[in-house]
Amino acid sequence: MSTQIKAQAEAQTLRVRSGDVELAVKVYGDTRQTAKQPVVVLVHGYPDSNHVWNKVVGPLSARYRVVAYDVRGAGESTVPTHTAAYELEHLVADLAAVVDAVSPEQPIHLVAHDWGSIQSWEAVSTERLKGRIASYTSISGPSLDHAGYWVMQRLRSAAPGEIAKVANQLMHSWYIGAFHLPLAAPLAWKLGLDQLWPKLLERFEGIRGESAPTQSSDGQHGVNLYRANVAKRLLSPRERRTSVPVQLVVPTRDRFVSLELLEGLDQWVDELWRRDVAAGHWLQLSHPELVVRYVSEFVDFIEGGEEPAALHRARVRSGRKPGNNKYAGKLAIVTGGGSGIGRETLLSLAEQGAEVVAADIDLAAAQRSAELAELLGATAHARKVDVGDAKAMEAFAAWVANELGAPDIVVNNAGIGMAGNFLDTSTADWEKILHVNLWGVIHGSRLFGKQMVAAGKSGHIVNVASALAFAPSRMLAAYATSKAAVAMLSDCLRAELADQGIHVVSVCPGVIDTPITGNTRFVGVSEDEQKRRRDGAKKLYQRRNLKPQAVSAAILKAIDNNRQEVLVGSEAHGARLLSRLSPKLSRRLARMELSL
Amino acid sequence: MSKGWDPAIADLDGFREAQQLAYRCAEAIADELTPGISERETAALMQHWLAANGANDCFHQPFAWFGDRTAFRGFIGFRHFGGFNPAFYPGSRKLEENMPYILDCAPTLNGYTADIGYSGCIGENRILDKLMDDLLEYRVLILDLVKQRKQLSEISQAVDRLCAKHGYEPRHKAYPFQVLAHRVEKLDADEKKHRSVLNFGVRNIGKLVGDMTKGRREGWSPLWSSGHASDHPPTPGLWAVEPHLGFRGVGAKWEELLVVTEEDAFWLDDDVPQVRRWLSRGLEPLAKAA
Repeated sequence: MSTQIKAQAEAQTLRVRSGDVELAVKVYGDTRQTAKQPVVVLVHGYPDSNHVWNKVVGPLSARYRVVAYDVRGAGESTVPTHTAAYELEHLVADLAAVVDAVSPEQPIHLVAHDWGSIQSWEAVSTERLKGRIASYTSISGPSLDHAGYWVMQRLRSAAPGEIAKVANQLMHSWYIGAFHLPLAAPLAWKLGLDQLWPKLLERFEGIRGESAPTQSSDGQHGVNLYRANVAKRLLSPRERRTSVPVQLVVPTRDRFVSLELLEGLDQWVDELWRRDVAAGHWLQLSHPELVVRYVSEFVDFIEGGEEPAALHRARVRSGRKPGNNKYAGKLAIVTGGGSGIGRETLLSLAEQGAEVVAADIDLAAAQRSAELAELLGATAHARKVDVGDAKAMEAFAAWVANELGAPDIVVNNAGIGMAGNFLDTSTADWEKILHVNLWGVIHGSRLFGKQMVAAGKSGHIVNVASALAFAPSRMLAAYATSKAAVAMLSDCLRAELADQGIHVVSVCPGVIDTPITGNTRFVGVSEDEQKRRRDGAKKLYQRRNLKPQAVSAAILKAIDNNRQEVLVGSEAHGARLLSRLSPKLSRRLARMELSL
Repeated sequence: MSKGWDPAIADLDGFREAQQLAYRCAEAIADELTPGISERETAALMQHWLAANGANDCFHQPFAWFGDRTAFRGFIGFRHFGGFNPAFYPGSRKLEENMPYILDCAPTLNGYTADIGYSGCIGENRILDKLMDDLLEYRVLILDLVKQRKQLSEISQAVDRLCAKHGYEPRHKAYPFQVLAHRVEKLDADEKKHRSVLNFGVRNIGKLVGDMTKGRREGWSPLWSSGHASDHPPTPGLWAVEPHLGFRGVGAKWEELLVVTEEDAFWLDDDVPQVRRWLSRGLEPLAKAA
């Protein structure tokens, strides 16, 4: 907050003339026009004024010259009375006047929100500012022309699913219709909506803030933006293409703009990036640090810097077959990714566009998985990690954060097997299995969960448990206990992370034929007997013939459908049912000693 | 056990000629393949080529598989009918650019039978290239373990493990009886054209059945797989070895005759397309070992 206040104190205020209106412009940071710093111009939406950027101008102005102005009708700028004065071409002319005044030579980086974003689309795709805009970061405001085409294309397709999307968007846009009613909206603002506004924001969007001094007037006059443009553009949209690099920052819980509206945007934009944030409409108020980071990364890259991994991943690549690209732009981490279920899940994610990290205690195996993922066209990494080692996992998580950015999908899969009587299981045995099976999941969930929250990612944490989590057995005390703990941890974590939109799923496979069977430790028996039992178990698992592919398919389905728990194999379903319908019988069966 | 088998030089030359004929056929037809041709048309081309070049019998008539059929995904992967599945037979699948294919033929020339597998594609396929590169390790591993006189089932399991390490599926498990290899025997040389039933050569299958009967008595099997029937040391004779790897929708294989004698073992011929390919790709150190 202190930097922000300081930055504001340093703001230089200008009045810029555009036709017959005068715009109030604030310039932060190094205000000299000769300064070589990149210039960032912020354009606010409705019913806001330049105050809406208060939380981001401070940090941004430490590195850039930052310009925020009140669009016509808002804040300290002139308020035209005719609706026609709010048409997009006038708004673009206003922006051009500001750019001419603050950065006559150097192209500027445009950052815009809501109606600011709508008018900025017009600015980047028309002649007036050609060559003057180096990059454009758009938050929550689609081009009306793109939207017009979007609606037309969907209605013409006559497919029920597509028409439903249009209906959905119309429901998101109820307020636009309301704004067209004579008197209603302006009257609401006059009658004190401005006083209520901060409370509404807090109640519905979780944002605390003070009311801008001109809130009532901004609300009353900004309605003209809708009246002057929406119907006209939606009903007869014009082609609006741009070669300006565009970064879309998409709040996925936006109540006012539906995500579907952004489908197919790559047909209009040559170079497009997209970052999703699990947040509401006013991202610069709820997640100012994220907005600062995204804008900085993009501006620095466009100015000739490196493209950070997270930004690179966010590039929207057209041309890949749709449906085969579901996880494009997502980063997935799989522990135990060198074999079995882990490798299979890693490859399935890679096959559908995800960038993947294979973490495994066996580096060669992880590297092999990464190599296979690359063959499938993915960017892939391999790391040697002992998942139960807190330090090693912290170092691994730090590497991920620095090199790749926060993950979207984390599959805590690494596990070891152990069988035998409880009384034969030594402390060392217990420590060994809990180290991998439980601590591995704790570290993975904790470290990457934190990264997801900080990055506003509505990510997925997939914890691989087992059907034994709810099917007790005298022969598998250690293993079943470790997996039951994983299932419970997942249930608790799911509850905690639900507010952040992070999905937690526990996966409970039955008898799956993976390399784990060949490495399972049988406690309390001789080496020879251990080998005999391993072979016996291996055979049983092979006979069952349920492959890791079945689990990876279930994991992907769980990710796509936000499932809480998935069972794989009829034995898993049977055990689940039994544990619920007749826990007594389940416990009785636990006493059976199966000879392998 | 067929003790005292000592391959006559003349016999080995005969088998080598048959194997070279089979590979020449695969290479000749591979050169002719163009997008749009079907598996059935391709198999027929191979059949004509072999007949025109002196083959008068076969272990099986030529097979051709295109696209994901090279990886035998789906139904054929099940164990129905002891692994025997009609999806084996060439179908109507048409070849496309960058699509992997496998040509497999087993001609008999002058009573000597070969059985070969040949992988390729028109254009480029990175996965196929990787599979074909990695197939080298299997050639080295199998010969090495046979020389050590390991049990055949053990060797087949070692192949399964190498597949798991590589992240591939051992798709030879989709062959009848899940065989990694099968025996071939010398037939009587003649000029007659011999019959096939369901695309398999009657005389060669007869020999195989004879081997099975004999093997059951002597404790070995002419069908080399990971199962208990192959719990025996390498049986002297000629084995058509065919590791077949699958990864996602892409499959690749080679198939060659392995000569097993009382004390030793060697590949019948090192001048085969896959070895030449490994050499040309600089996988030489390993290729030398092979």
